[in-house]
Amino acid sequence: MFIPHTDSEREEMLKEIGVSSMAELFNAVPKNFRFPKLNLPPALSEMEVLAELTELASVNESTRELICFLGAGAYNHYIPAAVDAVISRGEFLTAYTPYQPEVSQGTLQAVFEYQSLIALLTGMEVSNASHYDGATAAAEAAVLAYHHFRGKRARIVLSPAVNPQYRAVLRTYMSGYTGLEIVGDEAGSSPFLSVDDLAKLVDMNTSLVMVQYPDFFGRIQDLTAFAQKVHEAGALLAVAINPTALAMLKTPGEFGADIVVGEGQPLGIPLSYGGPYLGLFAAKKELVRKMAGRLVGETQDEKGQRGYVLTLTAREQHIRREKATSNICTNQGLMALASAVYLSLLGKHGLRKVAELCYHKAHYAAEKIGKIPGYELQTSTPFFHEFVVKTPAPVADINLHLLDHGILGGYDLGKDYPGLDNHMLIAVTEMNTREDIDVLCEVLEEFNHG
Amino acid sequence: MAEPTVYELSSAGRIGVRFPEPDVPLAKLPAGLERETLPLPELSELDVVRHFTHLSQLNYSIDGGFYPLGSCTMKYNPKINEETARLPGFAFTHPLQPAETVQGNLALMYELQEYLKEISGFAAVSLQPAAGAHGEFTGVMIIKAYHDAMGHTNRTKMLIPDSAHGTNPATSAMRGFEVVGVPSDSRGNVDLTALKALCDDTVAGLMLTNPNTLGLFEEHVVEVLDLIHGCGGLVYGDGANLNALLGIARPGDIGFDVMHFNLHKTFSTPHGGGGPGSGPVGVAAHLVDFLPGPNAAIVEEGTDEEAPLFDLAMPAKSIGRVKSFHGHFGMLVRAFTYISMYGADGMRKIAEHAVLNANYLLAKLRNTYHVPHDRICMHEFVMEGVFEDAPGVHALDIAKRLMDYKFHPPTNYFPLIVHEALMIEPTETENKQTLDAFADALIKIAAEAHTQPELLHEAPHITPIGRLDEVKAAKDLVLCCWYPDQN
Ligand SMILES: Cc1ncc(COP(=O)(O)O)c(C=O)c1O
Repeated sequence: MFIPHTDSEREEMLKEIGVSSMAELFNAVPKNFRFPKLNLPPALSEMEVLAELTELASVNESTRELICFLGAGAYNHYIPAAVDAVISRGEFLTAYTPYQPEVSQGTLQAVFEYQSLIALLTGMEVSNASHYDGATAAAEAAVLAYHHFRGKRARIVLSPAVNPQYRAVLRTYMSGYTGLEIVGDEAGSSPFLSVDDLAKLVDMNTSLVMVQYPDFFGRIQDLTAFAQKVHEAGALLAVAINPTALAMLKTPGEFGADIVVGEGQPLGIPLSYGGPYLGLFAAKKELVRKMAGRLVGETQDEKGQRGYVLTLTAREQHIRREKATSNICTNQGLMALASAVYLSLLGKHGLRKVAELCYHKAHYAAEKIGKIPGYELQTSTPFFHEFVVKTPAPVADINLHLLDHGILGGYDLGKDYPGLDNHMLIAVTEMNTREDIDVLCEVLEEFNHG
Repeated sequence: MAEPTVYELSSAGRIGVRFPEPDVPLAKLPAGLERETLPLPELSELDVVRHFTHLSQLNYSIDGGFYPLGSCTMKYNPKINEETARLPGFAFTHPLQPAETVQGNLALMYELQEYLKEISGFAAVSLQPAAGAHGEFTGVMIIKAYHDAMGHTNRTKMLIPDSAHGTNPATSAMRGFEVVGVPSDSRGNVDLTALKALCDDTVAGLMLTNPNTLGLFEEHVVEVLDLIHGCGGLVYGDGANLNALLGIARPGDIGFDVMHFNLHKTFSTPHGGGGPGSGPVGVAAHLVDFLPGPNAAIVEEGTDEEAPLFDLAMPAKSIGRVKSFHGHFGMLVRAFTYISMYGADGMRKIAEHAVLNANYLLAKLRNTYHVPHDRICMHEFVMEGVFEDAPGVHALDIAKRLMDYKFHPPTNYFPLIVHEALMIEPTETENKQTLDAFADALIKIAAEAHTQPELLHEAPHITPIGRLDEVKAAKDLVLCCWYPDQN
């Protein structure tokens, strides 16, 4: 299997070491703790393990069988076959973080291209090599802002329309920094707080303002004036984005955002029950030295050949130790590669096409659902591929009924927003056909009658 | 010739993937919000596949050769892991699906939590953290939450041995602890006298890596834990080196309070050129309620005929969410596959052979290279990459010269307490012939260091690119390809 030693090799090796048994290698381990009996199921062969896991996987109902209208931070998109073919190559899959550039140019150049693609997609000047996911990238933006102002600005303004999980993780991360206050999304604040009202919370003590675009409810709006207000108070503006949407929308860079974070999963990464995904993090160049995470830079070897290395490593934990502002080490290398392959394959035309397909289909669905008696479209502002519908019954009940018809219904907003019971967040992507949407509408209507 | 970038390969008008035409009426695009240009490259599918294939060929990998990177446990990543993680029932489930539609996922997570508990001796496990450092962050948060709950307001210090990985002090600082270093003694253990002097009621805890980063089992581990517990602190275990302890000793039994696992080291999930990892955290009974969440739980016991009903649950006094959704599920499937294939006896065999391989290399190299803490090692060992009688040759030169012999270099310049460190971790999946060839190469390089040092200084000779100018990279800061539309 995976341990290649033959009996005679083992004997020879023990002899070379000068011990008489394997057990003797562990004399330093306190005797009373040595060699515990583990209670694990008996070892399976490859054939058996595949059968067992196939069985377990088949217990699930996946988006391969269900028609999926569930989004809320993870989206069902088509992934071209070439993406998996590339990232399955052992040369990428089984390499470590590229500490030795001479034998890691493949990973390094791929990450450099990833950084370029993300910077250009978001309209920012620099991107790092990735964070764990959208939520931890959002938290790292707050950490960056805290250090940017040397801890002197104690307020973070968070739009309630930022993904609830991002806000939860940001709070977890920031709980280590004393004297901070996080405002904007407190219990009781309106989930649909306007950016004008949000701007009123920004003061000279604010380090970071975070909004989402399209926001958690799918809405899109011009943030230019808002960005100006944030900057008038001297604060940094972070925008959490959906990368697919940016194929057709003005970029946060054009609005003047200082930091862009986001979930990179829509860029060629399977839903995989929530991970591994990809934390996008891009910023203005003036913040590059304060950014956490790995960075790949272009340089040359002695012969003048172009090559790539990890750069500005003096910011990182392995050099700065307790003075580092982030502890990140392993990131999401392979997922960053997947998204680079996806963006290269779809390119200028393909990604725009996917974005428009999502947009048109979502608008078709919204209009149609809005006309079903009992259902009320809550989104009057422009939206991208997700929208809120007020439902005539608890969302969980409706979703149960949808499931009976092979449909994975939308997200129950009441789970995160106490005021939004009976509100469903519906996502539509290029994977949904007109027929899927029509079936959804029929079953929704039927529920109301039934 | 350097491989062009995707932007250099781009040709205006070329299409890589076609999508269906819209089957719904077109909606009006949002006025004033539309983007003017989308600066992405234009390539065919073959262009893309060939480009990334070329790039892959510039990488060294486990599949291609021996990768003895200390502290990283570069063992073989079984191919079956990749197949199970891609089973459609796993790969295409949405993280927010109702529990009744993902009982397979939840059962797998629950079972993996149970396996990790059994292997480590902890009372509960959360699979949430994304990597080792993220697990450390989670663990240190738990320590803080515990002291807060106990009303221990003055426990502000985290003790960290000088041999620790950089993520340990960085993590503690992130959580607001004052980092206090603890020296090592001449045998490579924590210096007990120094530790004793630091133990008082301001100590929140100690972050201990065992086996430590010298590859040595902490000989006074029980005394160290007693000292910390005696002064009211908790002990964090950096589980990066757990490979040496599988079936050998359980950190939970020894008395560690909290520890992270690296599924991407110990449990064979691939490193992917820098992640994704997976860093589950295990805790002793008194910390169970503080775990992050949600975690898989049984909500209705099963019967003889029916499987139990699983769901996700948040621990009572949870530190909160540390990432989106429920951990790196795809990595969990791989680790589960791996553990299933080894079972209990297999676990012990992994550790035994990892330790056998490391000691074998140590035995073959100790007469050529100076090993500062020379005793039976665990899964790795650290030697010095310098020779008194060959001044000018450094660990870095030896590392680079190894590439000419078609080996990946060991970790170098870590741990910081060894001068010119070369940290070698062979793992259990390497055979004797590979180890012999590697030892021979290092012995030859030692000879070259004395006779032809320029061979080392100018190494590597056979790689696609030579030593790169890191100063230039940091000075010019070119972090993004040039794009024609950029001004
Ligand atoms: C001893 C030790 N601790 C912590 C870490 C950090 O783990 P990760 O890279 O998974 O965040 C590493 C990995 O490099 C390590 O070797």
